[in-house]
Amino acid sequence: MNPGTLTLYIFVLAAVASVMVMLITRTVFYAALSLIVCLISVAGIYALLSAEFLAITQLVIYAGGVLVLILFGIMLTNRIAGKPLLTESHHVVKSAIISIGMFLIIIISYQKTSFNQGDPVPAQGNHINNIGIELMSTYVAPFETGGIMLLVCLIGAALMASSFKKNDHV
Amino acid sequence: MIMSEHTILFVLGAFLFSAGLFIVFTKRNAIMILLGIELMLNAANLNLIVFNRQNPTSYEGQFFALFIILVAVCEAAVGIAIILKAYHYYYTSVPDQINDLKEKN
Repeated sequence: MNPGTLTLYIFVLAAVASVMVMLITRTVFYAALSLIVCLISVAGIYALLSAEFLAITQLVIYAGGVLVLILFGIMLTNRIAGKPLLTESHHVVKSAIISIGMFLIIIISYQKTSFNQGDPVPAQGNHINNIGIELMSTYVAPFETGGIMLLVCLIGAALMASSFKKNDHV
Repeated sequence: MIMSEHTILFVLGAFLFSAGLFIVFTKRNAIMILLGIELMLNAANLNLIVFNRQNPTSYEGQFFALFIILVAVCEAAVGIAIILKAYHYYYTSVPDQINDLKEKN
């Protein structure tokens, strides 16, 4: 077993373990921290699968941005109540049946599909260079649309969360 | 028979998706539901990257994953803003207890 495969298995185990913690724990804060561990493990898997740009994006945006936002949200909805934010589970049996059924459906459909066999040769050249060139040539329309969507969502979220109207509830 | 790396990664993606679905169904807190949605989007990204390895000369899977990350960021920001706003009105972040459209007097 070469070191790359071993590292891949370690990342897979870390992701599975952190997701199990998310499933079991009742504290929302611990669940968010476990999600950070899971996302960093998946970023490591991306890096091993020669998708370095996606790995860096995952680290910067998810682990650096989204999860900090979610921790911020947990603390803001925790402050007034003055106790740790706990969550309860309901409909556990029905949800477990649906989730395991979904898992089996995905696995069975994977087994029944035929893919081209053998390990493909990795693409030559610098991946990040190629991604930058393609992003500015082939994918420039979705790129710009995504930028506009980010701007709209930023303004909308800031307007929604801020208290610009003067009333008693805000 | 030893499983190949791609099979293990595919099973991991299916597991992440199912776990996210389970969290969305069972947990009663709105922030936990957001975390479950992030997990499901992440599983989709993982599958896209793994399938992109089948055709390594193109980057279509990676670009798809990139735009999914973009949408996930927007969804998380707007979701947190809605949760905070609802918390200021109802003093709870449990969606089951937010059951009236009018403001409380």
